[in-house]
Amino acid sequence: MDVLYFAWLRERIGIPKETVETDAATVSELVAELVAREERYATAFADTSAVRVALDQELSDFDAALDGVREVAFFPPMTGG
Amino acid sequence: MEIRVTSDLFDPSAELSGFAKGRMDTGAVVTFTGVVRDTAGDLKTMRIEHYPGMTEKAIAKIAGEAQTRWSLTDCLVIHRYGDLAPGEAIMMVATAAGHRAEAFEAAEFLMDYLKSRAPFWKKEITETGAEWVAAKDDDEDALSRW
Repeated sequence: MDVLYFAWLRERIGIPKETVETDAATVSELVAELVAREERYATAFADTSAVRVALDQELSDFDAALDGVREVAFFPPMTGG
Repeated sequence: MEIRVTSDLFDPSAELSGFAKGRMDTGAVVTFTGVVRDTAGDLKTMRIEHYPGMTEKAIAKIAGEAQTRWSLTDCLVIHRYGDLAPGEAIMMVATAAGHRAEAFEAAEFLMDYLKSRAPFWKKEITETGAEWVAAKDDDEDALSRW
C-alpha cells in the first residue's frame, strides 16, 4: 500500500510517500512496524495523540482495519481556513 | 456549488459579483474571506501544504452537508495552497439562501469544518525561522455546536 506523510511528519520522516509491504491488520500495527524500522519513524510517531490518519482519503482512526486499503496518510491536526 | 483548491491569487470581490447570479430564490448572500495575518510583524511567507485528492473530497462533503442542511441556493469555497504573502486572501466561502439566518449559519458551519476537517497545514516562515501552526483546541470544540 502507499503510505503518505504530510507537514511535520513528512519533514521528520524525510519523504512524502513510500510503498510499504505489510501484513499489519490495523493502523496501530502499521505504525508499530514503521516505528521498529528506523529512528526517524520513532521520532515522528512518538506522540500519536498529535497524529491523524486517513484511509483512502477519508479521515479514520488508529484502531481501523487496513483490509482492502490502498492509501494510508499520516498528518498532524489540520489547520485550514 | 463550486469548490476550487488553487495556488493562484484570487479576487474576492470579482468572485462575489458572479456568485449566485440568476437565482431569483436567493434572498441573502454571506461571504467570508480569510487573510494572511502578520501579528508579530516578521512574517515573510505563509506556506500552505495540502493533500491533493482528499482536500477536494473533504471540502465537497462539508459543502454538500451545508447545502442540504440550510437549503442553500448556491455555495462557493475557494482555498489556496503554496506560498502566500501577508495580506493575501487565503480562502473564501460564500453562501446563498432564501433568508439571512440560513446563509450566516451555513457560512459559520463551513468555516468551522474547513478549519479542522479539510487537510491543509500552515507553516509560518519568518526572518528567523519556520514553524508549523498548531491546531487549537477551540477549533475542535467549535464542531460540537453543529
